[in-house]
Amino acid sequence: MLSNKEKMLIVEIWESLTPVAEEIGADALLRMFACFPGSKTYFSHLDISRGSPHLLSHGKKIVLALAEGSKDISQLIVTLTPLQIMHAYQLRIDPTNFKLLSHCMLVALSCLMRDDFTAVAHAAMDKYLSAFAAVLAEKYR
Amino acid sequence: MVNWTKTEKATITDIFSHLDYDDIGPKALSRCLIVYPWTQRYFSGFGNLYNAAAIIGNAKVAEHGIKVLHGLDLGLKKMDNIEAAYADLSSLHSEKLHVDPDNFKLLSDCITIVLAAKLGSAFTAETQATFQKFLGAVMSALGKQYH
Repeated sequence: MLSNKEKMLIVEIWESLTPVAEEIGADALLRMFACFPGSKTYFSHLDISRGSPHLLSHGKKIVLALAEGSKDISQLIVTLTPLQIMHAYQLRIDPTNFKLLSHCMLVALSCLMRDDFTAVAHAAMDKYLSAFAAVLAEKYR
Repeated sequence: MVNWTKTEKATITDIFSHLDYDDIGPKALSRCLIVYPWTQRYFSGFGNLYNAAAIIGNAKVAEHGIKVLHGLDLGLKKMDNIEAAYADLSSLHSEKLHVDPDNFKLLSDCITIVLAAKLGSAFTAETQATFQKFLGAVMSALGKQYH
């Protein structure tokens, strides 16, 4: 459950990060690949080494989707419909990986924002990422 | 038993040699109680945990955070047999404290994120992976005596 204050905080954070979407997205992905090597199996067709154009563009896509979703969290199911379909029928990424990426995204945010990534911001963001992941997995079965 | 490369051992040793327990301990535990409020169930004797500010200002939480973080020293000193290092603490958590082992992961993640905030870009993906491997070994050892 996200309070209005938390929703505002989340929008604020993603707005401030949109200019560095590539960097933070790529950082989160790299962390996931390093910590959870099984996640790399979904990227065997791409070059996911540090600095690669694939990694940067993919990281950017993910962060921009998170930023877009944050603008109206109550409408996540509508906003994410195309991504739901893609993940359920095309990508078929096991949803446990969403948790792994979410955790690495939180770490990336923490490294970047340092003390500004307060406990309250962390709690709000964790809830948002969980909600996002849940909606993303909804059409799986 | 967990196998460690020389690099991994060096990374872990390095992290802990620079660790400010008095800073990170309280931050990690209070963050866990704030981000995962149900974990407060284990701290009913700690007084005011009503909101984030109260938790962050709570002296008992701070003191306990430092204690818990020092608990990682056991694993640090015995990296080649972490399971043995935590046998007693595992029994304690199971038989006396009755802590659901799933909670170990919640606190672990908070320690990682608080450390990340402290170290910034120095907390590289490789460092994170090694640190999480260490925490994973500790968590597994802590869960071993549950029955």
